[in-house]
Amino acid sequence: MALDDRKRAFKVVGTRVPRPDGIDKVTGRALYGADMSAPGMLHGAILRSPHAHARIRAIDTSRAEALPGVKAVVTSADFCRAKHSFNQDALDHCMAREKALYDGHAVAAVAATSKSAARAALELIAVEYEVLPHVTEIEDALKPDAPVVQEDRRARNAPEGTHPNVTHVVSFGHGDLEAGFARADRVIERSFRTAATHQGYIEPHACLASVTPDGRGELWCCTQGHYYVRELCADFLGMDTSQLRVTASEIGGGFGGKTTVTIEPVALALSRKAGRPVKLVMSRDEVFRASGPTVSSWSDIKIGMTRDGRITAAQAMLRYQGGAFPCGTVELGAMSAFAAYDLEAVRADGINVMTNRPRQAAYRAPGAPMAIYAVESTVDELCQELGLDPLEVRLKNAARKGTKSAYGPTFDDIGLVATLEAAKAHPHYAAPLCPNQGRGLSCGFWFNFGGNTCVTLNLDADGTVGVTEGNPDIGGSRASISMMAAEELGIPYDKVRTIVADTASLGFNDVTDGSRVTFAVGLATIEAARDMIRKMCARVAKIWDIDEEAVIWEDGCARPAGPNAGDFEPMSIAEIAAIANKTGGPIAGHHEVNADGAGVSFGVHLVDVEVDPETGHTKILRYTVFQDAGKAVHPDYVEGQMQGGAVQGIGWALNEEYIYGEDGRLQNPGFLDYRIPVASDLPKIDTVILEIPNPGHPYGVRGVGETSIVPPLAALSNAVARAIGARLHELPMSPPRILQALKG
Amino acid sequence: MVQVRLWGSLREATGGRDVVEVNASDFKGVLRELEANYPGLKDRIERGVSLAIDGVIYREAWFQPVRPDSEVVLMPLMVGG
Repeated sequence: MALDDRKRAFKVVGTRVPRPDGIDKVTGRALYGADMSAPGMLHGAILRSPHAHARIRAIDTSRAEALPGVKAVVTSADFCRAKHSFNQDALDHCMAREKALYDGHAVAAVAATSKSAARAALELIAVEYEVLPHVTEIEDALKPDAPVVQEDRRARNAPEGTHPNVTHVVSFGHGDLEAGFARADRVIERSFRTAATHQGYIEPHACLASVTPDGRGELWCCTQGHYYVRELCADFLGMDTSQLRVTASEIGGGFGGKTTVTIEPVALALSRKAGRPVKLVMSRDEVFRASGPTVSSWSDIKIGMTRDGRITAAQAMLRYQGGAFPCGTVELGAMSAFAAYDLEAVRADGINVMTNRPRQAAYRAPGAPMAIYAVESTVDELCQELGLDPLEVRLKNAARKGTKSAYGPTFDDIGLVATLEAAKAHPHYAAPLCPNQGRGLSCGFWFNFGGNTCVTLNLDADGTVGVTEGNPDIGGSRASISMMAAEELGIPYDKVRTIVADTASLGFNDVTDGSRVTFAVGLATIEAARDMIRKMCARVAKIWDIDEEAVIWEDGCARPAGPNAGDFEPMSIAEIAAIANKTGGPIAGHHEVNADGAGVSFGVHLVDVEVDPETGHTKILRYTVFQDAGKAVHPDYVEGQMQGGAVQGIGWALNEEYIYGEDGRLQNPGFLDYRIPVASDLPKIDTVILEIPNPGHPYGVRGVGETSIVPPLAALSNAVARAIGARLHELPMSPPRILQALKG
Repeated sequence: MVQVRLWGSLREATGGRDVVEVNASDFKGVLRELEANYPGLKDRIERGVSLAIDGVIYREAWFQPVRPDSEVVLMPLMVGG
């Protein structure tokens, strides 16, 4: 669906209307996953492996089942085999089968009449483990004698002799690298490491499941994609999809981590066995140990540059680990690594390695931040060595319309150059710095996509409009969708209310991910509104007894198309709605689409830091985000996405990391030991929204949810390097590491 | 005929070529011909791929037209967070 031809003067889109969920959230009325209850409800609890890697020889649940109050105990034997191997991995992550593959892997679950009875029952489940050697680090997992995490999962295209833990081998690029490096005046090679980080959503996974003896199920859960949850759970429990209705609760953060199932199939299996509803809520410890963090990485980068700052060749070797299952995130990392550059010779190789860690889950722009951190750090080091302005070098090499991207396609209109120019012109870039302070810059990129979407608009009798969509609102989509409906219909924003439907009430919708919702659901909403307008015009044409083509829609009213159409007073949407039952019945608009044309997204971040040479502490002094939003439907939310991504990236760069002990167990599964940024750590994150219309959306909208987490890692690293005169090549740049770097 | 660019790690399935020609007029036709002509690609295609057609990434658009002069790039299936 292309950008509208006509120049539009937006009336609602682009304004900062009140958010529809604001009062509920600030007063505590919003219903999250753990807020759901049902009569006769049981409480679930999950027994988790204390071992990083162990064969499960036997599970004896008899003593637990005999405990008063216990109504059901389930293990992997209570689930079907999944229809597809990828889905089987999702199920095996929810409940271990032959082996426990990481510390915290679920091995059994209980439903009881009280939380205490459920917890007591877990103590009575006897699991006979054969403890196996484990591996949690990439380097170790690649050694010839490394334990094999899962047999028969080696990449089919892996070269002979590749370790069985290597599940993906990928390569992207074009051009003659050797000739490119030969043209460079300076070539440097560096290795970088990033730790696994958690999405850090404040709301733990929670759900309420109810399966009746006739095989019908209800599931309420916090998720980014309840239709996908329905598909997976129905598969794992052998149910018809239509017999399982899933309702998404409000969501207290997801960031990609709630795009799959974690406890939901377990709650359903318990409910089916017990014959009663079961609530299951993860503790923070469980969230850290058993719900997906992002991948950790070990990357080698080689870049050649001329004295005047032209990159002649660029090469990357990325090694990601995504836990105990095959993980394709490295593909996206390899595609993203050099996306910001216009390069004649470029190559990005990647492998994924299995380790005894939890199955990774997507985290905003999955795979891109760690790859682009390594690339942007290397570019910055070249700029330092050659005495070049890092922003001018980015501009000189920036991808633009007509650039053959490093991952293959030729770019159409993209906003990178405009974004860089905005950063260059901003006062932040020229502001003076003091001793121990440094300024860092990085570009970021994400693909964005659209996907399967259904939207229905219903015209109510008083002329107000209900919008029914199927994507959990994780970043303000109910507001932006209402705004696009109001814009198209020509009515005020407060005359529209958008709700998120359950899976039985609307056709299939893809998960809320890929920065897709404002783009794809917005696009479908605009089309559904146009469908409704056509129907209203047809209805008015009947009333006026003229041709449908002689009625047009303007400013919320049907009007005669011109003097030849006749002399009629405009009919407002409220007037049409009031007599709809007499003129043919209810009026609704609908649209379903598998949307494409989302348009890629670029951003540039500028950050100033001050490093305390005594403590190694890094203080963020100033931070500015520049990003192309195509068209910012609700600028508050766009700014919020840009600020939120920056803050999460700051945590990734400075503090956050999964730390495993020698025993293969996670050492810091809580927010006291896993340090996310809090408000007192941060300055105000300034934002500059650019609007370069996306040609694939009627209003020009691009997704904005993911790109903002990509640049902070390198921006911070580059700022710290300039502040202390030494470069760290590993994240997080925690105070001990910075002190070590200062010592040289 | 349409020229299809493959990413590097697929080239072993095409005798080392990073660009292959197929006789197709839409998204589905491209994938069908790739599977038929290069059986080594079948597993990968079944696991999910995207096609970039003239710079626009399509995920599962069987009937999206492809012209002989279109730029067609096979890509992994896009996912996000």
